Amino acid sequence: MPVTTIGGQEVNVDDEGFLTEYDEWNEELAAELASNIGIDELNEDHWKVITFLRSDFQEQGETATLRRVAAVGGIPTKTLFQIFPKKPARKMSYVSGLPKPAGCI
Amino acid sequence: MKRLLILGAGTAGTMVAANLRPRLDNDEWKITMIDQEPTHYYQPGFLFIPFGIYTPSDVVKPKADFVPAGVEYIEAEIDLIEPAENRVVLADGTRVEYDYLVIATGTSIRPDETPGLEGPEYGKTIHDFYTLEGAKALAEALRFWEGGKLVLNIIEMPIKCPVAPLEFIFLADAYFQDKGLRDKVELTYVTPLDGAFTKPIAAKHLGNLLEDKNINLEPDFYLERVDADEKKLVSYDEREIDYDLLITIPLNMGSDVVARSGLGNEMNYVPVDNKNFLSKKYDNVFAIGDAADLPTSKAGSVAHFAVEVFTENFVRHIEGLPMLEEFDGHANCFIESGHGKGLLIDFNYDTEPLPGKYPLPGIGPFTLLRETEMNHWGKMMFKWTYWNMLLRGKPLPLPHEMLMAGKIDEGV
Repeated sequence: MPVTTIGGQEVNVDDEGFLTEYDEWNEELAAELASNIGIDELNEDHWKVITFLRSDFQEQGETATLRRVAAVGGIPTKTLFQIFPKKPARKMSYVSGLPKPAGCI
Repeated sequence: MKRLLILGAGTAGTMVAANLRPRLDNDEWKITMIDQEPTHYYQPGFLFIPFGIYTPSDVVKPKADFVPAGVEYIEAEIDLIEPAENRVVLADGTRVEYDYLVIATGTSIRPDETPGLEGPEYGKTIHDFYTLEGAKALAEALRFWEGGKLVLNIIEMPIKCPVAPLEFIFLADAYFQDKGLRDKVELTYVTPLDGAFTKPIAAKHLGNLLEDKNINLEPDFYLERVDADEKKLVSYDEREIDYDLLITIPLNMGSDVVARSGLGNEMNYVPVDNKNFLSKKYDNVFAIGDAADLPTSKAGSVAHFAVEVFTENFVRHIEGLPMLEEFDGHANCFIESGHGKGLLIDFNYDTEPLPGKYPLPGIGPFTLLRETEMNHWGKMMFKWTYWNMLLRGKPLPLPHEMLMAGKIDEGV
């Protein structure tokens, strides 16, 4: 796994740049990660998604689907597409320091 | 007399009964299994029915044939689980008390959860192959189809047998070639994930398969609605995909009984400890197979390995001993890739599918992550194994724990 420096912090990432260590993530890093994918400022909705995803991951061992974020986290899918445009599942995982949603293969 | 009650006589429930009956004293333990459906389906076989490779008789047997000796079987609809009272209420009002409960009620497709999917076109220009009825209707549709745009879409993960959609599109490619129709058929694979292969090593080895077979890929497509009149899929980011024939993998959800009983998550799956399947709420309730909210594939293979772990743990748990065995999320799956070839993958919670060899005493080794004829035969042989070994609780020479022997760890 490559090690890279984001916002002055050394972190482990996979080949696509997703953080691989849950505990290496912090709020400053989230802002850096967001700006890497063209999100200049994290607003209240972004933080609501990030907070939900982080705590849900700890409980479930996998990143929540968009449907779960809507049903359990209470953030409608339409909103997710507005605040993480085009590829919300991938982008919200990236900013939250979690693995992207994946199949078994 | 104590009672172990198993809800669901499908793959997982039947294996639990078959494995536990010989391990529990007949004078001390009654085992009861409840299911509302009289028919046991060999669900991996549904995939082959649309292409005429299997007929319905290959995938159907009476559930009663698989009730192990010494196990009581009740065919009835379940109304409610009352875990605080240690009992289950049947639709006719009968109460069935238990000491321990195993929920093995599986998962099923819910086309009604997606706007526009279920309607007069379902079974005509919109099909599924996750039910016997769906697979049969699709077989008829494909027989008479003269070509056009065939689109396969996955609504949302998790789904039962997550490789089945890929297998379907590979088999469709081969089927239309054999019919001399391939140049008249456009095949498109539509997924909410960011590719057909999302694990780095599998993507590296198999990433070209779709292109090689001239199958279009539409990734990151999160379906908002189906316009069945205009025959198009519309995503949340307003992309549209036209089809002539839509093969859909509808949203999969656990049983409504689980939801009604307050035992499920938002998808009606039962939250359990993913190492031993014990409910997070009740110390005498387990959920196993597709009904559990495990972070691994919903597949018979997972249920099989899980039941082995569960059996050992259960006989300890009822004695008040700690459950020592820990499930690692092990799964292995043959993937049909068309023209008499197949792939094999073997993985668990932590290890993604790797290349190399999968040892199997007396028969193997099979080749991992590569198309071979032997993998195809492995898949075809599996039907016999399922009916005659797996459901009977007979041991297979497959360790429940995933082994690294034979695998090449490429360490991406």
